Amino acid sequence: MRVALFITCLADGLYPDVAKATVGLLERLGHEVEVPLQQSCCGQMHINTGYPREAVPLIRNHVDAFAGYDAIVAPSASCTASIRHQHGEVASSIGDASLIASTAEIAARTYELSEFLTDVLEVTDVGAYYPHRVTYHPTCHSLRLLRVGDRPLQLLRQVRGIDLVELPDAESCCGFGGTFALKNPDVSTAMLADKMQNVLQTRAEVCAAGDSSCLMHIGGGLSRLKVGVRTVHLAEILAST
Amino acid sequence: MTFLGMPAASLTGGNLDGEQPFPEAARLSVGNAQLRRNLGAATHTIRGKRAAVVSELPDWQELRAAGAAIKDDVLANLERYLLQLEQQVTARGGTVHWARDAQEANRIVTDLVKATGASEVVKVKSMATQEIGLNEALEQAGIEAFETDLAELIVQLGHDKPSHILVPAIHRNRSEIREIFLREMPDVDPALTDVPAALAEAARGHLRRKFLTAEVAISGANFAVAETGTLAVVESEGNGRMCLTLPKTLITVMGIEKLVPTWRDLEVFLQLLPRSSTGERMNPYTSMWTGAVEGQQFHLVLLDNGRTATLADPQGRSALRCIRCSACLNVCPVYERAGGHAYGSVYPGPIGAVLSPQLTGVDRNPSLPYASTLCGACYDVCPVAIDIPSMLVHLRARVVDDKREQHRLPSPEQAAMAAASWTMRDSRRWTRALRAVRLSKPLRGWRLLPPPLSSWISSRDLPAAPAQSFRDWWTEREKSRDE
Repeated sequence: MRVALFITCLADGLYPDVAKATVGLLERLGHEVEVPLQQSCCGQMHINTGYPREAVPLIRNHVDAFAGYDAIVAPSASCTASIRHQHGEVASSIGDASLIASTAEIAARTYELSEFLTDVLEVTDVGAYYPHRVTYHPTCHSLRLLRVGDRPLQLLRQVRGIDLVELPDAESCCGFGGTFALKNPDVSTAMLADKMQNVLQTRAEVCAAGDSSCLMHIGGGLSRLKVGVRTVHLAEILAST
Repeated sequence: MTFLGMPAASLTGGNLDGEQPFPEAARLSVGNAQLRRNLGAATHTIRGKRAAVVSELPDWQELRAAGAAIKDDVLANLERYLLQLEQQVTARGGTVHWARDAQEANRIVTDLVKATGASEVVKVKSMATQEIGLNEALEQAGIEAFETDLAELIVQLGHDKPSHILVPAIHRNRSEIREIFLREMPDVDPALTDVPAALAEAARGHLRRKFLTAEVAISGANFAVAETGTLAVVESEGNGRMCLTLPKTLITVMGIEKLVPTWRDLEVFLQLLPRSSTGERMNPYTSMWTGAVEGQQFHLVLLDNGRTATLADPQGRSALRCIRCSACLNVCPVYERAGGHAYGSVYPGPIGAVLSPQLTGVDRNPSLPYASTLCGACYDVCPVAIDIPSMLVHLRARVVDDKREQHRLPSPEQAAMAAASWTMRDSRRWTRALRAVRLSKPLRGWRLLPPPLSSWISSRDLPAAPAQSFRDWWTEREKSRDE
């Protein structure tokens, strides 16, 4: 099986440790990972802000970069959801038959990390050791677009040394929402405040999630509060030994 | 995407847009602690009730699909069903009027009331009449309208605006309601307490006098059955039924999308609606009437007000499936914090964010499609499966297209998006751009940055820029492996 990593633009530029952890984890499980460097961004930010036209070249680049792999793994539910649901829609809106076909092909082979581990590799115990008190925030796009259900929790429960505590009102959005965080900073912050209050209530030292974007938002808020709770991506926990 | 031949929504009057863009209006409401508390408590209570009664039905998803399919059939054959409805209502002694927009609907209703000689009307809770601003229009014509739904009464007496489709006074708690009643209700007992039963009793006494004297009632409609010409109103208090049965003249204002083809189709919606809206298995009062009862006059005003324009957009039209249950409001994290008034329209929350801009045209409501994190909670609970998040994304593109048409010079956002697209479509440019990220390192900790970063750092620290991008690390690793 030829496995490619979709780094995601956010991990590439701001959270390289998340992508390194994803590679490290998959290699530890015995898979060779390729990283086609032609890749950049899935274009979700453009699509969701009202710029599908500007997303088209990014989608073209994405399907070119990932042609020929058996599986494409991304440490992000949100980017995976965009590839799976939005790329085809944008391709349809411009009526490009070959792009419609190639986006469908790439979409069918793209997996969010927890999906890839549990559904394709069929592992839940990845041999990780992580001796910390952790609470898990299920991101909206993992829950309601990809329907990953409790896959991430199945993986986390098998981690040795972990003290996994349930997050109250876990399924509520953290308030990030891409450019929403910038266009509607007051509502975004109000949602963040409630999310952080719930995180603090668990007395966890780490808030984990499967999307760097939501973690950037929650982590940025926690850092501002100086409460000594940090955000860590699911991949980093699963890669720890 | 706008296409040729799409009728533009050009409306006169009505309550579908506010004076402020959503982010500014929301800034005020987010800062109102009492409002946040009232909304948080109320939405979480209804949310829980809905979830419980929906989970009881093993065929909920099938019901949902049936509801969506029936409404899609109505929308695809709207002309036929509307003419059928008109024919049936007319055959049974009612009179049908067609209103292009709010102004026309208000004029029709005002003239009908004037013709009866009445100077007072009682009203059944109705979104359509709120949408067109009927009470204000009647007031200008010297006709006083009395809202008889308890929550609408609270809103009206408080000189306030509704902030929720189902619970218009959701932003008020009972101590605030007591104050409004003491201040505004004639003949109220000055010893009134804030016990819900006492408040309801005060409203009952006040309204009973109106029911017994009113000559004209005005209602909306939850459903209209095309095959029989039957209208249906679904409510909880019985006050609607008083209005529908007691006065001599009944005027119903109904959006043209409220149709169902056959009587049997109601079976689906009378299950979907109460469970989704009040979290009840069945609503307490379902009133149905067909044509005019002897001794009574019945007028039906069919309202377009932007609905035909909405219907013309294939990616936006399913918003017209909406049965106004407000389940999407109750689960929406944005609505929960911002409250209904921030949306500026009588239709707030997720459905309002897709419906209002379509009814008015996106130029009049450009901030609403952005009033969502696209978390998807609304789509999950929608009883007619309106994919609100995808529709929001579609409407954002329409907003951007509209701005492009309005202004020759690109906005900073348009320029930034174009630049990002240009950079990201080419891996060499992208690789170099990522190297520049580390130059942002000193920005962390700054408290003064230009927009849009200023919005970010108002409550969040910037992430620490890494020394090296992932791709540079990978390239080095690959090189060292080859050596």
